[in-house]
Amino acid sequence: MGAIAGAWQWLTTAAHWAGEKGVWHRLAEHLWLSGLCLALSCLIALPVALWLGHLGKGGALAVNLSNVGRAVPTFAVLVLLTLSPLGTRGDWPTIIALVLFAVPPLLTNAYLGMREADRDVVEAARGMGMSGPQLLLRVEIPLAYPLIMTGLRSATVQVVATATLAALAGGGGLGRIITAGFGNYDTAQVVAGALLVAVLALTVEGVLVLAERLLDPMRGRRRAARRASYPAKGAGPGATRAAPASAPAP
Amino acid sequence: MRGSAAGPSCLETNDWICGEYLRTRSQELVDATVQHLGITAVSVAIGLLIAFPLALVARRWRGAAGPVLGLTTVLYTIPSLAMFALLTPVFGVSAAVVVTGLVLYSLTILVRNILAGLQAVPAEVREAARGMGYGPARLLCEVEVPLALPALVAGLRIATVSTVAMTTIGSVVGYGGLGNLIASGMAGFFKAEVLTASVLCVLLALLADLLLMGLQRLLTPWTRAQGRAAARARRGARVAKAGG
Repeated sequence: MGAIAGAWQWLTTAAHWAGEKGVWHRLAEHLWLSGLCLALSCLIALPVALWLGHLGKGGALAVNLSNVGRAVPTFAVLVLLTLSPLGTRGDWPTIIALVLFAVPPLLTNAYLGMREADRDVVEAARGMGMSGPQLLLRVEIPLAYPLIMTGLRSATVQVVATATLAALAGGGGLGRIITAGFGNYDTAQVVAGALLVAVLALTVEGVLVLAERLLDPMRGRRRAARRASYPAKGAGPGATRAAPASAPAP
Repeated sequence: MRGSAAGPSCLETNDWICGEYLRTRSQELVDATVQHLGITAVSVAIGLLIAFPLALVARRWRGAAGPVLGLTTVLYTIPSLAMFALLTPVFGVSAAVVVTGLVLYSLTILVRNILAGLQAVPAEVREAARGMGYGPARLLCEVEVPLALPALVAGLRIATVSTVAMTTIGSVVGYGGLGNLIASGMAGFFKAEVLTASVLCVLLALLADLLLMGLQRLLTPWTRAQGRAAARARRGARVAKAGG
């Protein structure tokens, strides 16, 4: 495995970490870009999804948007925006492309989470005299939390991964290390850059899984409910619905 | 450059939409589209061939399900640019890099959907088939797989559509199909080339999706009959409610 040894050597050379083109600077660019895009996407997608979910309208929109989003290559959007008049405005092409990419999973998952919240519970809460906003904040969002977080997680990981493509269109971020390596036919650098990006993506995924567990508004209750219903459910398949959101038991 | 009598051609003014480009570079466009289709089709086919046994293993041995699903999910979080970069030392700069990367991505979606489809086959159906003397292989081929087809095709559609989109990144190693045109268009600030290739890419994805949807309708005629029956039942219920 000459490539891995070469990559290790590249990574352990201090000179590659410092300066404008160094790893630290690229990492900071990458995180800043991903964070900004994610924040913007949440600001756009979540209010719309929660509102539509609360009203119970626009399901076709939410689902189709996600399907169409998958069909559009981010690379193409990125290049199209770079060549458009926006291209002269710094990072905007990248930011817009990434936001367009992150909105569909956020919107679809949050909407589905709201719709799949137990209708009986919601009706009961309404019967107890809760107002619309109270219902949204204290019943529907906590019930929809797992799916909202699944959407947030997949959007985050995808954005962190896709921000790499900004380098193809001349932007910053860790992808720059890979494209520079390709440009110089320097396989060690290419592999080193790829490892850095992969490790970052996996780290972000891990952090989000932890955050999801710690921030769950119904942390104790959900676990208790699962334990209580376990003997009854044990025989059923049930895996179809649990599969996307389930995490290994602690 | 041969400009038309009416003024400078759209190639000279670098317009986004340019008939001249379509005419003069049609061969290039066709070649890129063929490469794109080839890479996508091969990747999805190999993905399906690998995903199916993996799903069977994950179903047969409960202990294997976690690692199989976990591994394919981890693969999915590796960015495409990094994936292709990691595979270049193994395969050199070749189409195999792109195909392998795309196969690895498609596994996540395919394994999950095939597994979910197989697990959703009702136990009593399985029992009935066994009672009729079906062996495990015949049970799988003639009962379980047909019943799992809707979930399988749903996964196949998602995998195909995202593979069509992701093939463009293959342009970093020169095997990106239409992505090659997008990359070269970007390098030369050639707007018509970028837009045409992008639009073709989206059209390919939508076309592939429609094709698979049609295939599923052909292969699972009973779901349509069920859908009709359900609609009739619903209508009947509504009428009954209105009457009562």
